[in-house]
Amino acid sequence: MAEFVMPTLGSDMTEGTLVEWKKKLGDRVVKGDIIAEVDTEKAAIEIESFHTGVIEQLLAKPGERIPVGTVMAIIREVGTQATPAIQAPASPPPLQKVSPKEPVSPPPPPPPPMTAAVTEPGRLRISPAARKLASELGVDPAFVQGTGPGGAITLDDIQRSANARGERHEAGGQQPSAPLTTGPTPLASAGEGGDRQARMRQTIAAAMARSKREIPHYYLSTTIDMGRAMTWLKEENIKRPVTDRLLYGVLLIKAVALALRQVPELNALWKENAAIQSPAIHVGVAVSLRQGGLIAPAIHDTDKRSLGDLMSSFQDVVKRARAGTLRSSELSDPTITVTSLGEQGVETVFGVIYPPQVALVGFGKVVERPWVIEGQVVSRPVVTASLSADHRVTDGHRGGVFLSAIDRLLQEPGQL
Amino acid sequence: MNIPLTSDEIRQTVLRLLGEVAPEADLTALKPGVGFRDQLDIDSMDFLNFVILIHKTFGLEIPEADYPKYATLNGCVEQLSDKRAT
Repeated sequence: MAEFVMPTLGSDMTEGTLVEWKKKLGDRVVKGDIIAEVDTEKAAIEIESFHTGVIEQLLAKPGERIPVGTVMAIIREVGTQATPAIQAPASPPPLQKVSPKEPVSPPPPPPPPMTAAVTEPGRLRISPAARKLASELGVDPAFVQGTGPGGAITLDDIQRSANARGERHEAGGQQPSAPLTTGPTPLASAGEGGDRQARMRQTIAAAMARSKREIPHYYLSTTIDMGRAMTWLKEENIKRPVTDRLLYGVLLIKAVALALRQVPELNALWKENAAIQSPAIHVGVAVSLRQGGLIAPAIHDTDKRSLGDLMSSFQDVVKRARAGTLRSSELSDPTITVTSLGEQGVETVFGVIYPPQVALVGFGKVVERPWVIEGQVVSRPVVTASLSADHRVTDGHRGGVFLSAIDRLLQEPGQL
Repeated sequence: MNIPLTSDEIRQTVLRLLGEVAPEADLTALKPGVGFRDQLDIDSMDFLNFVILIHKTFGLEIPEADYPKYATLNGCVEQLSDKRAT
């Protein structure tokens, strides 16, 4: 039996709203199938199943805001016995933190404070329905004593807690000392455009503040002669029909991916006080969203793709990022982020690492600059590549080796 | 495919394609002689997608070297009118 939980799709995500189930009870799912659509602070995301089996229970309802790690459905894996259906609300399903998907899934946020209802660190047994009611009534489930199976918090427990609080108010009693804001917020404002933008800014700010607080950044930059790459690209695009043409950004992404093979310690995630190198290279590409904000979906196995394939994937993820149809794995899997602000006229990017990644590569605008070749000053198109990296994982020497590798790779664009 | 024949039909078709690429853009305020990228929040990916749509809609192969000619509404109408005439 497998639990389908609300996944974490980046360090800035704490919850999501179930928009709709893409499967129904009894449907067979294969690992990778889209099983649900979830709205996050940034975009609507199609959530993939991590299991193969049959949908046995759907525990969450469309419209519910669900914290990361909450069990949303039960999938009976092939070869296992069916279990009696959970009859909410008398027997709410367990809530548990999502297990990080090795090796590249970001870790869940820190568990809530331990209370009587927490049976073990990070494990709070409460159904989505009870959690929703708690939110509506302003009750923090972490301070509710569960009376359901295994100490699970039921709808009655939430209601009882709310009633008791009301009685304390009437009697002039004290509010619980713990804040009441750790539960989900009301759904009412989720679809409002302006509010959504504000919340996106808040989530980005939270992730970036965490990054700057926890990650000892160091920054390096180098100027790369793009003459060969631009000439090669121009000639290559003459051969290609308009539908198959390449953007120069694809060369940069591929060069980063191949350079990571030479400096693999930058292709890692920071988990539990250690860097874990990823065997796969999934470059996240920063995409600005029409309504503001940004998102950085992964192009899986970036280093193994041809430039044409990479271009198709790049176009696809940009289109779907802006249309709100990204897949969960595309948000949870990046092992490094590449951002390019050249089109905005920026020459140098000083990026903030997106946790739990340990590096970010920025590219600026391609500009014509005087350049010395064999003693002659000539005009060349150049780009500034910058590296923001985590000093807990690498130092400037390895960062420099990495930037040099990108430079070398871009001098032989035909080999990318 | 319905191939537009008049300048106005070409103009309307180009605006429709632009709207597909940048659905949030207010095209009613678009200045026909000013570059799209100077007025709209579109990037090189958007522009490439726009050129691809022109290619598919009008059945024309557009060399990369000609991209600048399609950078304004007036430029698009002029280019597509010329291509239609040849």
